[in-house]
Amino acid sequence: MRVKKGIYFGTAFLLLVFTMILSISAGAVKIPLQEILNVFLGGGSETSRTIILNLRLPRAIESAVVGMGLSVVGTFFQGLLRNPMADPYVLGVSSGAAFGATIAIVLGLGIFGISFMAFVTSLMTVFFVYTISKTGTRVSMTTMLLAGIAISAFMSAIISLMMLLNHDEFSRIVFWTMGGFSLINWNHVAYSTPVILIGSFVMYVFSRDVNAILTGEEVAEHLGVNTELVKKIILITGSLVTATAVSVGGIIGFVGLIVPHISRLIVGPDNRVLVPFSAISGAIFLTFADLLARVILKPMEIPIGIITAAFGGPFFLYLLIKSKQKSEGM
Amino acid sequence: MAILQVDKLHFSYGEREVLRGIDFTINKNMVVGIIGANGSGKTTLLKNISGYLAPIYGNVFVLGKNIKDFTIKEKAKYIGYVPQDIVYDFEFSCYDVVMMGRIPYLKRFQSERKEDRDIVRECMEITNTWQFKDKSIKELSGGERQRVYIARALAQKARILLMDEPVSHLDIKYQVEILSLVKDLSLKGILVIIVLHDINLASQFCDEIFIMKEGKIIASGSPGNVLTLNNIKSAFLVDVEVFENPITHTPYVIPSLNGKEQLKVV
Repeated sequence: MRVKKGIYFGTAFLLLVFTMILSISAGAVKIPLQEILNVFLGGGSETSRTIILNLRLPRAIESAVVGMGLSVVGTFFQGLLRNPMADPYVLGVSSGAAFGATIAIVLGLGIFGISFMAFVTSLMTVFFVYTISKTGTRVSMTTMLLAGIAISAFMSAIISLMMLLNHDEFSRIVFWTMGGFSLINWNHVAYSTPVILIGSFVMYVFSRDVNAILTGEEVAEHLGVNTELVKKIILITGSLVTATAVSVGGIIGFVGLIVPHISRLIVGPDNRVLVPFSAISGAIFLTFADLLARVILKPMEIPIGIITAAFGGPFFLYLLIKSKQKSEGM
Repeated sequence: MAILQVDKLHFSYGEREVLRGIDFTINKNMVVGIIGANGSGKTTLLKNISGYLAPIYGNVFVLGKNIKDFTIKEKAKYIGYVPQDIVYDFEFSCYDVVMMGRIPYLKRFQSERKEDRDIVRECMEITNTWQFKDKSIKELSGGERQRVYIARALAQKARILLMDEPVSHLDIKYQVEILSLVKDLSLKGILVIIVLHDINLASQFCDEIFIMKEGKIIASGSPGNVLTLNNIKSAFLVDVEVFENPITHTPYVIPSLNGKEQLKVV
């Protein structure tokens, strides 16, 4: 089993490197591998240097990091909420972010203003949901899920209203809410990467505890797991990671839902293995999705959310049917 | 030193007082059965003993130490808990589930040692679950699942095993299997406190029985002394007949049908 896992991780890692290189190479201007190498070694033409170092490299890194963060959070939320439908957005992070971003766009703020507003409102939303779900020192996961759904619906209504009243900004708002990395620069990478990496690691520390929580919150506590503390740390860290991811890339759907499931089918349910595998898979998935978003209707760029849903949805269905057949065969 | 001492325990959920002064001391390893009507506080008592719920008044001492002074991790080394409703909607293998019983002994990043694997194997063999080690817990029957959870509680190397209606959903074969196992465990040096619905199973398998009513223990002692007509009538508000089980010589209780159909007492 250990050897098998080694092969999975090795393959995934190679695939990530390959996807990153491909992502740097392909696009409106195609850059051959040799030229990429030259640029990294300090040479290459001025054009290639600009395209790679200022545009494609930060973009490839950002999409990998966001894909990683969303997948790790999705894995933990599914475990913690013991709900296969859970994703990083269940607690209202996405609608909160969209709300903030919409306000920022309507007010005519720049790209960083939008990111900042999205970040702040998404955290406020989660805090609100969390406060509602707290009774005494315990947090009810069911209440949290329901409150998240309710507040999302409410926010969506407000967003729709704002869009109706601000026709001119309609497409910008839609584009933002469907996600994308077209405006990414090194500043985004500089602030989001540490938050997402450190946040993911903090959650990873509690992998074994979440394993136990999967078998029931109360029994986990009887196994020596401080359930309430673990829940709080993961909810807060997870929301912070998601809010950061959303603030740079918009609301990219589906990644945080399907990557954990696909990873679980490959490496099994143990979070100590599943979380790192999800992280790498999420990075591959989103980097590749971003690549497709850029090249599929070249030179037009389409929102990455369309790619993740259009490719992720059918693939996920295929896996569901396959696993159904497998369990029927037993 | 007493293994378990419960002292003037009171507990309430909000306004509703569920435990109203529980006192008892247990000095030796045995099987203690708790019986009582629904809502009499049996499960709440178990959760107070395990430290999952904190009493509003009174104390629980495990081997002389107040349960309040244990960390969550320490508690898990002394008390194992087998819940009434087992969650099994996940993909872990039975081996992984039982290995979770070793969590209290492992540091955060420490992987399982040989010692842990040996203990897990031993506990799975005792409970006759080793053959399921690679199976998902989803694939097992209710009785098999119970045994896996008992194995996990045993892997905690706990001194006290608390079980909340472990046999209520099982057919008679598994009921007997689980309770015989529990009896064996008590002989091997564990105190087992078990909530049971079936008075006759309690009578047959428990060394001592506590009868609970409205948050109090109204009678405690050996089945022969406790399972009397009056005690049962008072606790369950139902008329019964009590016979002697010809094999175990413990009380045997059946509902009486007076007024409806006269029972022929042999």
